[in-house]
Amino acid sequence: MKYIVCLKQVPETDKVKINPETGTLIREGVKSIINPYDLYALEAALKAKDAYGGKIVVISMGPPQTEEALREAIAYGADEAILLSDRAFAGADTLATSYTLAQAIKKIGDYNIIFCGKQAIDGDTAQVGPELAYRLGLPYATYVHKFEIKDGSLIVERDLDDGTQVLKLNLPALVTIVKEIGEPRVPSIRGKMKAKKAKIPIWTAGEIEADEEKIGLNGSPTRVVNVFSPPARGKKEIFTGKPDECVKQLCERLGEVISI
Amino acid sequence: MELILDKNKCTGCGQCVEVCPFGAIELKDGLPVANDECRLCGVCVRKCPEGALALPEKAKKRDIQDARDVWVYAEQKGNDFTGVVYELLGKGRELAQTLGQRLVAVVIGHEVEKHAHKLINYGVDVAYVIDHPELKDFNEKKYAQVLIDLIKANQPNIFLAGATPRGRSLIPQVAAALETGLTADCTGLEIDPDTSLLLQTRPAYGGNIMATITCAHTRPQMATVRPHIFPRPEALSGHEGKIVKVEVEALPQGIEVLSFVQAEIEGPDLTEADVVIGVGRGIKGPENLKLIEKLACLLNAQIGGTRAVVDAGWLSHRYQIGQTGLTISPKLYIACGISGAVQHIVGIQSAKTIVAINKDPEAPIFEVADYGIVGDLFEVIPALIEEIKTRRGESS
Amino acid sequence: MLYPLIDEQEMIKEVARKIAEERIVPKRAELDEKEEFPWDILKEMAQADLFGIFIPEEYGGLGFGAFENCLAVEQIAWGCAGVATTYAASGLGAYPILLFGNEEQKKKYLPPIARGEKLAAFGLTEPDAGSDAGAIKTTAVKDGDYYILNGTKQWITNAGEAEIYTIIALTDKKKGPRGASAFIVEKGDPGFSFGKREKKMGIRASATGELIFEDCRIPKDRLLGREGMGFIIALKTLDYARPGVGALAVGLAQAALDEAIKYAKQRKQFGQAIINFQAVAHMLADMATQIEAARALTYTVCKYIDTKPKDFSKYAAMVKLFASDMAMKVTTDAVQILGGCGYMKDFPVEKMMRDAKILQIYEGTNQIQRNVIARELSKEYK
Repeated sequence: MKYIVCLKQVPETDKVKINPETGTLIREGVKSIINPYDLYALEAALKAKDAYGGKIVVISMGPPQTEEALREAIAYGADEAILLSDRAFAGADTLATSYTLAQAIKKIGDYNIIFCGKQAIDGDTAQVGPELAYRLGLPYATYVHKFEIKDGSLIVERDLDDGTQVLKLNLPALVTIVKEIGEPRVPSIRGKMKAKKAKIPIWTAGEIEADEEKIGLNGSPTRVVNVFSPPARGKKEIFTGKPDECVKQLCERLGEVISI
Repeated sequence: MELILDKNKCTGCGQCVEVCPFGAIELKDGLPVANDECRLCGVCVRKCPEGALALPEKAKKRDIQDARDVWVYAEQKGNDFTGVVYELLGKGRELAQTLGQRLVAVVIGHEVEKHAHKLINYGVDVAYVIDHPELKDFNEKKYAQVLIDLIKANQPNIFLAGATPRGRSLIPQVAAALETGLTADCTGLEIDPDTSLLLQTRPAYGGNIMATITCAHTRPQMATVRPHIFPRPEALSGHEGKIVKVEVEALPQGIEVLSFVQAEIEGPDLTEADVVIGVGRGIKGPENLKLIEKLACLLNAQIGGTRAVVDAGWLSHRYQIGQTGLTISPKLYIACGISGAVQHIVGIQSAKTIVAINKDPEAPIFEVADYGIVGDLFEVIPALIEEIKTRRGESS
Repeated sequence: MLYPLIDEQEMIKEVARKIAEERIVPKRAELDEKEEFPWDILKEMAQADLFGIFIPEEYGGLGFGAFENCLAVEQIAWGCAGVATTYAASGLGAYPILLFGNEEQKKKYLPPIARGEKLAAFGLTEPDAGSDAGAIKTTAVKDGDYYILNGTKQWITNAGEAEIYTIIALTDKKKGPRGASAFIVEKGDPGFSFGKREKKMGIRASATGELIFEDCRIPKDRLLGREGMGFIIALKTLDYARPGVGALAVGLAQAALDEAIKYAKQRKQFGQAIINFQAVAHMLADMATQIEAARALTYTVCKYIDTKPKDFSKYAAMVKLFASDMAMKVTTDAVQILGGCGYMKDFPVEKMMRDAKILQIYEGTNQIQRNVIARELSKEYK
């Protein structure tokens, strides 16, 4: 069995804000982390490896510093990691990202299951997984919290808003994983030692035989034309004092919102 | 690929440095230079008063002139469409009218034609019905294939779907197949009066930032749209539209639906409720939910909670509100004993009115609240219950 | 940095800390309340390679030494002294095999211990033989290719949960302490059962109980070393284990200090945070200083042990004595700083204070440690 985990390095999102004076993103002092949902995907792959044996290959597209995230993935128990890094990949939206990942996965070849996180917490699009599956022509399931391989197929349970669907996917297949798969294990000491020494190859656009019209900004039909802080909300009318007086004032205001 | 600078035009005024959302431009020897953080978003290009900056983009003119109409994917839930479909029909009609184009809906399933009539009442000009026994259960591969074929044959200008689990799982395949842009989980849609492009606004970075996105050179312009953002329109009377049945060719295999277990719905859905009361660690223990329930009963409200409360096992994870849980948009949200972590705020910021009750006046929840009471919730809530009863003349 | 660590040592510390923060701290109050044995946590620790730190690589371990082991014990104890006791006691059960086992014994027993698949335990104490370990009554009588054990061991950490036990028993009653031998007994050996499970004041996540041997028949190749080496093996094992108690004390005390400072900065009385009151601030300063002194002694002695000295009984006893007395004082002071809150189970420091007490008692009471130190001093000044 060969498992591929797609991973993204993201800024710790709750720390990213807009500077109200300049309107620019404040990124200083914001730590980069492995997208938490991708850690669940990695944990799912580790569970698969525990149960069915095999090898885990982690891939990530990003700037050179993404290597840290890949080393961390090895510490968690991945066997190999590949970094997709090229100036030409920059500015990719989900369509170009999924193309780039698909090219790399074709080059890796001979895989059984691809694990992605449900979504990345910086963009929250949840699109790369399904787009990637389409590009590779794979059956897939999103929001998977449980899976097993049975008679050569992948049986998955996944959450929809109104219930749980059980699907049978032909292998190879792609799944996107939710946190109910279980907390990621703690990286082991041996894993950390291995991660320190691991050689992580860097694949450029040329190495994955990418069409330059389909990668990076060229391959991205969407453009961010504006970024801004969410409109400040809240009238911030705060009552302090005796509870019975506070609630009287509150109820007077709420009368306009609902029938009290 | 890098930003293109016309050195003859550039005056080194530095406005591009100021305006760059990614802090990626520095002035070197009086001229702007973009570093690796540059996403080629084009904000600086538009800001530059001299027209000295340009994006290194090759003009991509696909056949977008012929693309017409605003399409809505009419996702079903049981015997009806999901709520967001109606919201999209309302918004879609508005967009279609602005563009002078038609509103089109697509229904996929088995024995669904009868529902298609309902769509006409909400202003749909053409409703495509894709009906096949194999489409009875939601199946991404099969649904995607029929949708892709239909879109390829018709070239819509705009395609909208609800940002529901099904929508967000299905639609990206369509975008990949058509090599077009898809914007996820939008909270704002409008037509740019100058370019007629769809301006798609969505939160990013966990809601700390809003981004407006366009898709200029490919069609359709696709977006999934967050439920409960746009109002549900009234049905129109006498609107005329046609229903078109679509022939289904051989469907792709690879995914087989073995079963679907409907979640047990304990009371109405939090995301549909008009009034929601949220509880945080401040309620101290599950035994105190009784008090909250009394208030909920009076206000006909549903109860949800923070991740901390769910992790502590006081509430089922089905009722977790926030980044890793539900996003709600009730008329009234009452936060009880919730400090207001960003991850929670993200889930409640589309509530019309937010009330916060917390004993810590410094709690960040007060920053987003419309009304707040600083006090011990074990005193405030009983007082609130009494006050409401008094106002209703129920008090003993 | 006060203690520069090489990368591998830093990794060990990080892994143990992460387990403590993410897995142990959220569950420790419940484990304490329910006296629940923390199997889930131990499995995670095993998966993270923590059980094999000091076991050589050829026996499935990581091949590090006492110092690296102490780094891990300290961090685990920062999370919960009960879990740390279980963890350290498995090491205590492994040391006799590591130090005195023959190649076959090491090959058979050390790898599953190193992988954390099997817990180990060490059985010396008996109802009538506590500080006076020479008074043990458990016997092992040779019967052809077997030894037959009879007797009862008491207050044995990991009793019932461990798979592998190192037991000290008399092979020759007449010789007294020189007639003692050490044996490996496996859970499931005929005639080996578990008696009363103790209810304890502290370290309640750990299992403490009786081992009962009733004509327990074990193959003769379970003998560790030679007949008559039992007490040498026991004392050497305790020499190795005592710095572990020191590390446990340092971790526990650090946790108490962390809680005390956090509380003192946030608790307001007379209009200000109580850390601004000298009475509180000086207590915190003393606590921090004592912890640092104990840590310095623990680390130094562990590093000394890793140079493989012939005898280090005195230093091992000093670490155990000094650090455990320190932990008792620091945790008591932490309760004092938290005041009423400190006494309540909603806050973790009362548990820490209960947990600390055992550190002055087990693996040789602190009175026995003083005896060891004094005896060595007397030898040195002959």
